[in-house]
Amino acid sequence: MSKTPKPDELSKVDYTPPKTGWMDTPAEFKQGMWCYGSKPKNLETLEFPNPRQWSPADEDWKLPENWQEILLNGLKERLDKYRSFKVFMDICVRCGACADKCHFFIGSGDPKNMPVLRAELLRSVYRGNFTTAGKILGKLAGARKLTYSVLKEWWYYFFQCTECRRCSVFCPYGIDTAEITMMARELLNLLGLNTDWISGPAANCYMKGNHLGLEPHTIVGNLEYMLDDIETITGIKIKPSFNRKGAEILFVTPSGDLFADPGTYTAMGYLMLFHELGLDYTWSTYASEGGNFGFFTSNELAKRLNSKIYAEAKRLGVKWILGGECGHMWRVLNQYMDMWNGPADFLLVPKSPVTGTVFENAKSTKMVHIAEFTADLIKHGKLKLDPKRNDHLKVTFHDSCNTARGMGIFEEPRYIIKNVCNHFYEMDEHTIREKTFCCGSGSGLNAGENMELRMRGGLPRANAVKDVVEKYGVNMLANICAIDRAALPAILDYWVPGTGCTGVHELVANALVMKGEKERTTNLRGEPLNGMEGQE
Amino acid sequence: MELYNLLSENKSAIVSQWFDAIVETYPPDTSRFLKGQQNPFHNPVGAVIYQGMEHLFEELLRAAWSENLSLHLDNIVRIRAIQDFTPSQAIGFILHLKKIIRETFINEIAERRLSDELLIFENKVDDISLLAFDNYMKCREKIYQLKVNELQGWTFRRLQKADEVYKQECVHKDIHNETIEFERKEVSR
Repeated sequence: MSKTPKPDELSKVDYTPPKTGWMDTPAEFKQGMWCYGSKPKNLETLEFPNPRQWSPADEDWKLPENWQEILLNGLKERLDKYRSFKVFMDICVRCGACADKCHFFIGSGDPKNMPVLRAELLRSVYRGNFTTAGKILGKLAGARKLTYSVLKEWWYYFFQCTECRRCSVFCPYGIDTAEITMMARELLNLLGLNTDWISGPAANCYMKGNHLGLEPHTIVGNLEYMLDDIETITGIKIKPSFNRKGAEILFVTPSGDLFADPGTYTAMGYLMLFHELGLDYTWSTYASEGGNFGFFTSNELAKRLNSKIYAEAKRLGVKWILGGECGHMWRVLNQYMDMWNGPADFLLVPKSPVTGTVFENAKSTKMVHIAEFTADLIKHGKLKLDPKRNDHLKVTFHDSCNTARGMGIFEEPRYIIKNVCNHFYEMDEHTIREKTFCCGSGSGLNAGENMELRMRGGLPRANAVKDVVEKYGVNMLANICAIDRAALPAILDYWVPGTGCTGVHELVANALVMKGEKERTTNLRGEPLNGMEGQE
Repeated sequence: MELYNLLSENKSAIVSQWFDAIVETYPPDTSRFLKGQQNPFHNPVGAVIYQGMEHLFEELLRAAWSENLSLHLDNIVRIRAIQDFTPSQAIGFILHLKKIIRETFINEIAERRLSDELLIFENKVDDISLLAFDNYMKCREKIYQLKVNELQGWTFRRLQKADEVYKQECVHKDIHNETIEFERKEVSR
């Protein structure tokens, strides 16, 4: 029979968490913090190893017997192949400059979400197996063996990093922690350990060209829905072309914007803008995805999925490529595409047919970001805009991690917003531009089952939004990323209820005065414009 | 009202102790950060909790709750509800205030015979802890609602598209065929 505690014993509650060192504190898998494991059919489609039915909650992950050998060989191969990875493993002095810069650490308080410690999960195994000091001194030198528990810890925490690279901004050595996460995820994929939220879209993309698995007729159908809505709102019938050979420009955007609100309003914005300009462009139902979930899997798969963009541009014989609003899509296009699948010597240096501006910055990739394209149009006075139509909005701008830190797009979206909206307010300087806080759902973490994780990761961003909501009455968070548009509505609903989320080109299209349009009574969401209530 | 005067005079010391107690529910590295970093944008959790506790303490010193009580409470509980805490750990910090006050003012309470006032004050602390439980449950329900909303949205749109696929299958056969012709083998790895 158990001993009944006395009242004074009961009242002695120890609020202090156990003080075991991080190496001796195994990861505890908590509901709401992880995504479901990859389904075998998706790994088979991608020709990835170890396809089987498994769950991260299972004790047995059904790994091959020599899983340690596979991982250590994989680690060695990558240390030899990527000089930067080797340097990042050796150079960290654990100064802690990055420790409190991660949105997951700030939101969760879990020390293993400090970028330095998350990287240390991998570094400790590197030291234990590949450095003399680590082999001899073991734990004293920060080294440890690769055990099943360590493997599970890797999986748990490397899927709690959005590869946003905010920590890297503060690292005095410039260590790119996102690259460490990428390497860790590559290693995990050698054992078939991915999440289905990543391997599912990647398999869809490999088979059908986009993450959602939309087939050509569905893509056309979805856009036709939008065209009907545009006609209802503006009175203008738009007829875009698909897979048209000989078009001047190929337009590529994330498929999420063809599927779900509020991204669909951004896609309507593209359709309206291009129609108004009379742009000679085409959509592709093959290169129907700008995003790249292969990027959250392995370098090889990312390259494989990306290859369709240049291939389609070549097949259609276009002159250059225009890309829509997306985050990680642009890190891939800006930093990897040319190296992987270039040179795109069959394309021309992009030149705006409307303003004559030559986009020298895209001389190599031949692909221009739509924010650059539209900002240039506005700068040259090529668009007739009525920002009053957006007067019901008080807008702030969330810099998406990849476009901000990955390619330095800071001014263009702000310039556009200030020209199409009369009320724009910046969030605190420590939370924007290169220091922007991630939405907390990037790099394939925008699933539903890990909602608590997303709320933790989104806390610092939402905190800055809340500040401008309270100070200025901000009611709309603009961004140029499809994952932001998919993930932020839930995060805002939890932390700052009543604040909306929009793509920049939705704002553009609402302000755009089109030739021959009827008097607009609603915006693209079907909400009445100021003074037009009851007339929609 | 002698106890209330005593608490009011010592407000900042009590709130600091109360804040230290909640911060110690986090791992040591984290509690150092939560206490040390003053910028509310670098350390939103620490800032929100500290401000929230200041406001809650002021509410406890009032004769009647103000309408902002729930808001201040919610700001703290909303954070704790999504962190690594059980429900009792998430809202237990409120009851900790009783312990701090008893321990800090043990002599004054005895010497000045403030036990009756203390009981009234502690009842108010208990009331707040019950309200915190309501807030906590609202937050948890919201999380589950968000999960359901996303799932429903996806399912609805998938069904909508499936229906559309069926209807348009013939109409767009030409586009479909053209894309299929462009086989994956053309893509270099």
